[in-house]
Amino acid sequence: MLVVALRMLFGDATKCLGLVFGVALSTLLVCQQVSIFFGLLARAASVIDDVPEVDIWVMDPAVKTIEVPYPLRDTMLQRVRGVAGVTWAVPFFKATTQVRTRRGTLDNAIMVGVDDVSLVGVPDRFLLGTVDDLALPDAIAINPAGFRLLFPGEEPDVGRELALHDRRARIVAIVDSAPAFSANLSIYTRYSLATRYTNNGRNALSFVLAKADSAAAVPAVAARIAAVTGLKAIDRRTFRGETIGYILETTGIPASFGTVVILGVLIGIAIVGLTFNQFVMENIRQYAALKAIGVRNAWLLAMTLTQAAFVATIGYGIGLAAAAGFFATAGRADALRGFYLLPDVAIGVAILAGVIVLLAVTVSLRRVFFVDPATVFRG
Amino acid sequence: MDAVIDDDGEHAAPLAVRCAGVEKSFTAGETAIHVLRGTDFVARAGEMTFLVGPSGCGKTTLISIIGAILSADAGTIEVLGTDIRRLRGGRLADFRLANLGFIFQQFNLLPALSATENASLPLVAAGRSTRASERAAAVLLDRLGLGSHLHKMPAQLSGGQQQRVAIARALVHGPKLVICDEPTASLDTESGRTAMELLREVALAADRGVIIVTHDTRIFGFADVIHTMSDGVIEQVSGRSAATGGVST
Repeated sequence: MLVVALRMLFGDATKCLGLVFGVALSTLLVCQQVSIFFGLLARAASVIDDVPEVDIWVMDPAVKTIEVPYPLRDTMLQRVRGVAGVTWAVPFFKATTQVRTRRGTLDNAIMVGVDDVSLVGVPDRFLLGTVDDLALPDAIAINPAGFRLLFPGEEPDVGRELALHDRRARIVAIVDSAPAFSANLSIYTRYSLATRYTNNGRNALSFVLAKADSAAAVPAVAARIAAVTGLKAIDRRTFRGETIGYILETTGIPASFGTVVILGVLIGIAIVGLTFNQFVMENIRQYAALKAIGVRNAWLLAMTLTQAAFVATIGYGIGLAAAAGFFATAGRADALRGFYLLPDVAIGVAILAGVIVLLAVTVSLRRVFFVDPATVFRG
Repeated sequence: MDAVIDDDGEHAAPLAVRCAGVEKSFTAGETAIHVLRGTDFVARAGEMTFLVGPSGCGKTTLISIIGAILSADAGTIEVLGTDIRRLRGGRLADFRLANLGFIFQQFNLLPALSATENASLPLVAAGRSTRASERAAAVLLDRLGLGSHLHKMPAQLSGGQQQRVAIARALVHGPKLVICDEPTASLDTESGRTAMELLREVALAADRGVIIVTHDTRIFGFADVIHTMSDGVIEQVSGRSAATGGVST
């Protein structure tokens, strides 16, 4: 009987395609929007993610996100270094600055200044040059997307120079940093140079990055740093969560993406629901005939669920493939770099597709259940 | 099935259906419409029993109740020896599937299934394998003259051919009672005649009864017994079969 159910579905090719299209469209919309949403959140925490060797981030107690640091006194670095359990501590500068591109336009750039000696804080994924090249005079490293922004039409390369706040800067390395939230151009340089490139004078220290004796000691060491310095000291995971939380609380991003996701679900339910209802209504006499013959409601339920499962599976597969295709092609653009179809999203949307189809067929299922088999005797 | 002794002391054909004092009413708003008013009805195995009468007299309601797809308000309904008023839900469906065959005025074939697949549906629904079911259906369709149309879809068949598929579907699982609702209403004279001849030839058997509701006077000649209904009661019974006990008007 389940084969009969599928044959009934295939027999009406237009509605079958409509049903599959409805699920595919919902899947595509939800997969794409949710993946971009999580991609944006990951971008917000990208600077934190790029230095996984750091255990503890130390900052002003008022700081809620890495995007909005508040300068610390330089002396705080030494105080942190003096706390028991701290293996090492380095300064970390982060600011947003403006650069002029070759086209003459201004663009935002993230300026990251790392410890002059250890150079801790620079991502370790170098495409050209090495981290040691940052020790050279006026040396900066930038990301490939930033290079293409500064020098449109050129492939990323080292040796080019640019002016940052009227000071010469030379690109010595291309670093594959994680895409950032607030700018496409990320500049990495030594702490001493970063303060000059952004015209920051005293109290330019954004964060102190610390390494604990052991992973197990991180909470205790963080608590000791906070107690000794009066600053906020939290582990990497917590800081990442706070940064993402800040984005969620203070921007319209969740509402915007949430609206599109809800619309995607509603569109799916509407298309699938209306089409399936029409399909059932047009076949209602056939269902009544089956009931008259002696097919039990349990079989009719199984038949309807088989049709729903087929529509959900094929529609989801097509939608997922379309979403994957989108990220595989559009994701090559610098503006969309770092956005992926996440496996968790794919699994979640699979469940959602099932829920959409189940909700959509519930009304129709009721018609099938309660169709009076005696209607077959009414001309 | 109960066997009865006729007036001559001989065994008549067993009863396929026995209805006594059947009542059924429908409500339309606040108005109750009494469709069946203590209807008595009998049909025997081995006979073609016609149920005729004007529109609205209760024929369809009566066969719906006999077919176990509509419940009566009162009365006794024994079908093939089973008091079907005692059956509920799934057991009613199982009873229909095991014992009854239906032929509808509109055929109600599934448009997405071939002739063989349509005819095999009761067997598939009963749990037989698809292959075995379709083999049985094909044999029956061949007997009904559709051997060269086994894989055609309903839309590719004429009205008469579709009706033959419907007949095959009604008989493929060997029901003891076949209920037909206006089986020739959608057919021309020739096709209708052919359908009735096939029904007599294939459906009728010593242990199987056939009940036909019809307005079509062209086929009255195929009846063994004719029950004429009016205003919810059987007004007249006429027939030519010895098995009926010689009832005639």
